[in-house]
Amino acid sequence: MKWHVLRPLWVAIGLIGAILVARVFLVPDDFGVHGRNFTYGYHRLGNIQEWKDFPVKYQGREACIECHDENVEALNSSTHTAVECENCHGPAIGHPDDVELLAIDTTRDLCLRCHAFLEYPNSDRAELISIVDRRHRRRKECIACHDPHDPTESTR
Amino acid sequence: MSCSRRDFLKEAVGGTLASVLPLSAFTFLSTAEAKAAIAESTLRWAFLVDTTKCVGCGLCVKACKNENEIPYDAPVTRTWVERYVVTKDGTTHIDSPMGGRDGYTSMEIDGEEIDPDDIDKAFFVPKLCNQCDNPACVQVCPVGATYQTNDGVVLVDRDWCIGCGYCIMACPYGVRFFHPVHKVADKCNFCYHRISKGMEPACVECCSFGARRLANIKDPDDPVTKIITTERVAVLKDEYGTKPHVFYLGLDANVR
Repeated sequence: MKWHVLRPLWVAIGLIGAILVARVFLVPDDFGVHGRNFTYGYHRLGNIQEWKDFPVKYQGREACIECHDENVEALNSSTHTAVECENCHGPAIGHPDDVELLAIDTTRDLCLRCHAFLEYPNSDRAELISIVDRRHRRRKECIACHDPHDPTESTR
Repeated sequence: MSCSRRDFLKEAVGGTLASVLPLSAFTFLSTAEAKAAIAESTLRWAFLVDTTKCVGCGLCVKACKNENEIPYDAPVTRTWVERYVVTKDGTTHIDSPMGGRDGYTSMEIDGEEIDPDDIDKAFFVPKLCNQCDNPACVQVCPVGATYQTNDGVVLVDRDWCIGCGYCIMACPYGVRFFHPVHKVADKCNFCYHRISKGMEPACVECCSFGARRLANIKDPDDPVTKIITTERVAVLKDEYGTKPHVFYLGLDANVR
């Protein structure tokens, strides 16, 4: 074969070699088959730990009770016991270092998520104590009259 | 060529036996497969959704978005709640505005006011990643950026994902989306950072009605596993063969 025909072949072989060398440096050491097989478990092992290290935002009632035991106890003995603190108070990450972070949601919209009356047969929603938004103290904040930690008590 | 009756019977029986031997009896296991077959994992995450308990407050969607840093006002979410209203004329009205993030507070669906007297049944169905045993989204990833962990959760490697979107197309449940900030594929991972620390996923913790629960399906003493194994549960799109691990109690035929 003539030399000028072979020349592009060397270029192609050189390119493939360069890609293989670059691959050695670019692909992390922990990349490989780590799960049950190649189809489902071919990945970078370190990523599992990266996801485990993702910051937790919602701390749970156990974290709240450490300082706010009175409020938590009041809540626990009320009909609102199933409602998590952070559903209204917001995720407690960074609290109490930065108290400003916890902005309490006192809006009527928050209460209406459960207590707006939807007339649905066979649905638990219709069983909840609820109001028709436009007929009950329109635009007034619910907490002006109702205590969210013990809704049977009136704050008025 | 001569063939006695004895020889003929021998050959016939031998040939039949050889032909029924499955091909799988001859496959060789790779090292990883052999290891996985011997060291059986004792942890496999699963999820139970009780649709009869959901009231459509949407607090799970809100919590998920906050917990997992999904832009709050972007039209993407890792979990969502659908509303189904079946009227007497046989039509099913379905909606999920912003994934049900702000809860369902009015009877109006897509601008249409529905008369309560016309309603046969109405219910809410929370949806999230099914953490399939045969995840289609993982099979199609061209770079190995999404994978299944040994405890059954499908994760996305944000450093490795090239954002091609194949997995978003492949998922039969539509749970994957393009993350507007990180510019990679994103999905529910049962709050992997929480469950690996012994906590509940954010949506489970924030559900006041017990409609969402997490289970270790390999632990027979797990109370939620007991419900999954002993009660009548269903999965979504069983016919796709993806073996989803989110189980539903009270699933209606209208739910797709």
